[in-house]
Amino acid sequence: MPLIKSKQVVIDTWQHVDDEMALPADGGVIISLARWQAEQTVLVGRNAPLGIRLKSDEGVDTIINDLPRFGVVALEFPTFKDGRPYSTARLLRQRHHYTEELRAVGDILRDQVQFMRRCGFDAFEFADKTAAEKAIAAFDEIEAVYQTAADRRRSAAMIRNDTTNAFLNGTCG
Amino acid sequence: MYLYDAIDQSLVDQRVEQFHDQVRRRMAGELTEEQFKPLRLMNGLYLQLHAYMLRVAIPYGTMSSHQMRKLAHIARRYDKGYGHFTTRQNLQFNWPKLEEMPDILAELAEVQMHALQTSGNCIRNVTADQYAGAAADEVADPRITAEVVRQWSTLHPEFSFLPRKFKIAVTGSPRDRAAARVHDIGLIIKSDEAGAMGYQVIVGGGLGRTPMIGVTVHDFLPKRHLLSYIEAILRVYNQAGRRDNMYKARIKILVHALGAEEFIRRVNAEWEAIRDSAVDLPAGEHDRIAAFFAPPRFEPLAKHDALFARYRLEDREFAQWARTNVAPHKQPGYDIANISLKPEGGIPGDATAEQMNAVAAIAERFSFSEIRVTHEQNLVLPHVRQADLYDVWQTLRSHDLATPNLGLISDIIACPGMDYCSLANARSIPLAQDISKRFADLKQQHDIGELKVKISGCINACGHHHVGHIGLLGVDRKGEEYYQITLGGSADENTSLGEIIGPAVSYDNVVDAIETITTTYVGLRTDGESFLDTYRRVGKEPFKETLYAAH
Repeated sequence: MPLIKSKQVVIDTWQHVDDEMALPADGGVIISLARWQAEQTVLVGRNAPLGIRLKSDEGVDTIINDLPRFGVVALEFPTFKDGRPYSTARLLRQRHHYTEELRAVGDILRDQVQFMRRCGFDAFEFADKTAAEKAIAAFDEIEAVYQTAADRRRSAAMIRNDTTNAFLNGTCG
Repeated sequence: MYLYDAIDQSLVDQRVEQFHDQVRRRMAGELTEEQFKPLRLMNGLYLQLHAYMLRVAIPYGTMSSHQMRKLAHIARRYDKGYGHFTTRQNLQFNWPKLEEMPDILAELAEVQMHALQTSGNCIRNVTADQYAGAAADEVADPRITAEVVRQWSTLHPEFSFLPRKFKIAVTGSPRDRAAARVHDIGLIIKSDEAGAMGYQVIVGGGLGRTPMIGVTVHDFLPKRHLLSYIEAILRVYNQAGRRDNMYKARIKILVHALGAEEFIRRVNAEWEAIRDSAVDLPAGEHDRIAAFFAPPRFEPLAKHDALFARYRLEDREFAQWARTNVAPHKQPGYDIANISLKPEGGIPGDATAEQMNAVAAIAERFSFSEIRVTHEQNLVLPHVRQADLYDVWQTLRSHDLATPNLGLISDIIACPGMDYCSLANARSIPLAQDISKRFADLKQQHDIGELKVKISGCINACGHHHVGHIGLLGVDRKGEEYYQITLGGSADENTSLGEIIGPAVSYDNVVDAIETITTTYVGLRTDGESFLDTYRRVGKEPFKETLYAAH
């Protein structure tokens, strides 16, 4: 599926492997939490990158002990209305200091990518290439933010209470 | 009042641009109605029974004359010449056209207004005591907290897709005019013995199909921790709130299911992890916001104005209005003037463009250009010199805005009901009109005294019937409109939920039933005893007897 990283459509080097499918001989795979829990020994012995996919009701506690093993954590939005992965993402980034790829999968629409990026997602899987390309513009639709989150953006309150204030001086607003 | 800086303005402006593009995509057929729905909802745009409806945010019910004039202009130019003030202190336009929506939002942005988060499963427009900054009994001004919460909750990246909508109310007075105990979060500002400010935090109140009174999760949360603490509450809710059944998705259900103790344990565990992080406001920001709410330049005046006293003696009608619609102000020589939007036979909360302009002009001249919207669907002039009240009253009267019925039986809260809403089982507005006509005699209303009637056209309880002294809930009985009657509800500091007193009555019999209830009350009350106090003393039996005896 088309993948956006760093505001570009990129080639996905990872492969989603369903639970009933055999693991490919090589290459990075993204597997379910259930499979990880069932086949941990085999998976650790496999000499290739490993990614994990969490359903929206599978919280961060299920993987924190194994976090260093994963090159991708994919959080699933069964529908865009299910907002649980936003919390999971922030906890992974801000509480557990996860630094590898955090991918949004499932019902991903352009109108949510800003929120996702703020919560720490840095990769976005879209259903088709046109949707992915159009979504790139949506990342920068609104510049100002009122909260601190998992991205590095400074909140309005931080900018206001900083004497070297670029936004209010008009250099980036 | 809070004024936008370049950051606030850029956010609202860019949001208008974003929505403009979304509407363009919808009109061009790039988006289906289903795909468009969540986008329009995030901008306060609903699809009602007959047309789109736009809900404009009036943060914590505070606005200026300038903003009110803009609303009047929009009502005239884009709607049918009127607007409807709601129980969330917002304003609804009932007939806007989709293609004009971006223009309307752009006009709102010109006066620092928007429609953000007036719908959808997000943190909704925060509400507050309408007497903020004016009430004689105030501990601290709730608008400062409300503005802090407004900014924090605006486009919150983590909490824009909650299990269900989320409503926060703030009051800074022991007399709760903001219904804090029936909100998802209610914040009551308190001062400790050393004079430091903090919050009593109440979670899990709400009306709807499962009415509940909130539980106190923190007795005194120091002011500086506010945002990290409510962020912890929201995170627990976002992760654990039910998403399988929209009727069980509000935070009250989670608090109830976990039990208060376990809920508090989870919130505290989460809070421990973030309480000293950058989530809370940086030093200086609270003060920056607070400075906008400094008191206006009051004149030093005597506590009681002689002219005001004289006019009350000389003009009985004025005296009547002053008795019901004027409330004490903290500043000597000033009072708070309430503008009733409940004229006899009128639609509760509706105001014409002409009335909006009149209120704007009066506020400009007599109330430092400040106007408030109340959750009881009235307006307030917060800072009026007592000496000016007679002029204010006369001007209001010439615009049909001086009905002296605040808190009386005809000061009814009603949801839009079947006249507008696609969810309703029954009409609310015509019923409110009929009740106010039946009790048109002001002398009778004053004799009955304080009595809050609240009408909801369906179980979603937008008319807050559970907390009405008399509550009416519209139900569908084989295609006929029937109304369940509850008695004894209240949304103040002694919040209680009304009790159903018997079988529902048909539309044609409701007004008679209300009269039977008031007559029963008048017969039972002791000297000076209010309806609610009488009900609490005698219970529902006497009312049940008289109401159902004849049937």
